[in-house]
Amino acid sequence: MTALVLLDHEGGQIRKAALSAVTAAARLGDVHVLVTGDAALAQAASRIAGVSKVLHAADARYAHELAEPLAALLVSLAGGYDHIVAAAGATGKNVLPRAAALLDVQPIPDVVSIVDTQTFVRPIYAGNALATVRSADSKKVLTVRSASFDATPAEGGSAPVEVVAVVDSPDVSRFEAVQLSDSARPDLESARVVVSGGRGMGSEEKFHALDPLADALGAAVGASRAAVDSGFVPNELQVGQTGKIVAPELYMAFGISGAIQHLAGMKDSRVIVAVNKDPEAPIFQVADYGIVGDLFEVVPQLVEELKK
Amino acid sequence: MKILVPVKRVVDYNIKPRVKADGSGVETAGVKMSMNPFDEIAVEEAVRLREKGAASEVVVVSIGVQQAQDTLRTAMAMGADRAILVLSDESPEPLAVAKVLKTLVEKEGPSLVVLGKQAIDDDMNATGQMLAGLLGWGQGTFASKVDVADGRVVVSREIDGGTEQVSLALPAIVTADLRLNEPRYASLPNIMKAKKKPLETIAAADLGVDMAPRLSIVSVAEPAERKAGIKLGSATELVEKLRNEAKVI
Repeated sequence: MTALVLLDHEGGQIRKAALSAVTAAARLGDVHVLVTGDAALAQAASRIAGVSKVLHAADARYAHELAEPLAALLVSLAGGYDHIVAAAGATGKNVLPRAAALLDVQPIPDVVSIVDTQTFVRPIYAGNALATVRSADSKKVLTVRSASFDATPAEGGSAPVEVVAVVDSPDVSRFEAVQLSDSARPDLESARVVVSGGRGMGSEEKFHALDPLADALGAAVGASRAAVDSGFVPNELQVGQTGKIVAPELYMAFGISGAIQHLAGMKDSRVIVAVNKDPEAPIFQVADYGIVGDLFEVVPQLVEELKK
Repeated sequence: MKILVPVKRVVDYNIKPRVKADGSGVETAGVKMSMNPFDEIAVEEAVRLREKGAASEVVVVSIGVQQAQDTLRTAMAMGADRAILVLSDESPEPLAVAKVLKTLVEKEGPSLVVLGKQAIDDDMNATGQMLAGLLGWGQGTFASKVDVADGRVVVSREIDGGTEQVSLALPAIVTADLRLNEPRYASLPNIMKAKKKPLETIAAADLGVDMAPRLSIVSVAEPAERKAGIKLGSATELVEKLRNEAKVI
């Protein structure tokens, strides 16, 4: 059996989440990857450990990973594959269901565990239940949760690169512009430590109280939906059912009550710490360690302690 | 132009779902049901486009059991003009829903279909993309801003590292993300008025769509419980625990 993985990229780099999708695909069989963008990306793809072939969609129409041309391309390539896989990020979720509809199959999103080549486990109801589903479709189209699969090493492979032909697709969409938020901190979804703030941070300025702690821990900064909606931080920092799903070694929640939709995004973290003024906050029910107190007092104390 | 908005009746987002003892699914009997929150945002956006003069009619549609008409009445109380209920016993998969919606699009001829980005019960995030694929239309998923002008719709999309804009030829599909808008509450007079708005019922069986599920549920289980944690008195204690007990820093 052979699986085709759509490798998504950002800022000229293959996304780390895509390397987790390669790990999942390797459980299903031989791994081929499809990558758009320039030749350097195809070369980077060919060095991923365990990949046996790189399909490079070199034409400019694929560069921005627009769903309409990319889904048509996946459908044209699908004949040779039993599984089509991508990371469950914005690109995979945009493109794969469209390709699945064109192939007349029901996609299987957000897979957290692979039982066998046709049976998969996925969370439903904001992670409050785990469904094991068996697909009766001849081809399986799935996105995988990167927090649930280790990333495949980005080096060590030497797969041949083949440029794939352009495929006709409806000319209905045009890429206009992109605004990426630049951050020197680690990527939220792959960080070992995440420091998150909620409505309890109070304001955009006061949210920066977490910066020294994040620096001291080498952590990514996250936020609850309440903090995003209040305008404290941009929405790409949101952790939750409707934002990013993270599972770091250590997740520290400051001023976050712990609504179901937030817990869905972080409750698989190995160790959870909560600091909140409200002793009744639901976050304490999932926290391994909790401090009831004012985060603006606790955070500087933590920074001091970490320096010792 | 006409806008079609599919809405889904789901377990209310404030309810903590319980897995059935026999592992066959999640308990929905006797549980409070509401409109999927992302669909409220889709309805709101469609109604705003009509209020701005960019659309002339907003039609809402739901696929499911008879009680889904409550969800459609809610959408009409928010401002939708009329509703279609496609009656079906089981909760169909996105592939079947997309096929049903395709038949309704062909019948109704909307220029825009606005859906929620995902339903909070199955968390699939697939129906809008699948409908766009079946129709050969452009798709603006995870929309945080929508502008309709000159036969096109420009959609700001929430992507992993920021925001992206795509321009789509109409007709097109848009799926609503949380930040697209803040849905209005239905006022009492509007709830009363919604009771008089037209609601057409169609049997799914009459549409000639294969509704058979492609995924069979082997089991549904509770996720592993986290073991109870402890409350600490100080930052000093916390750092000590993280270093020596949990060994994460």
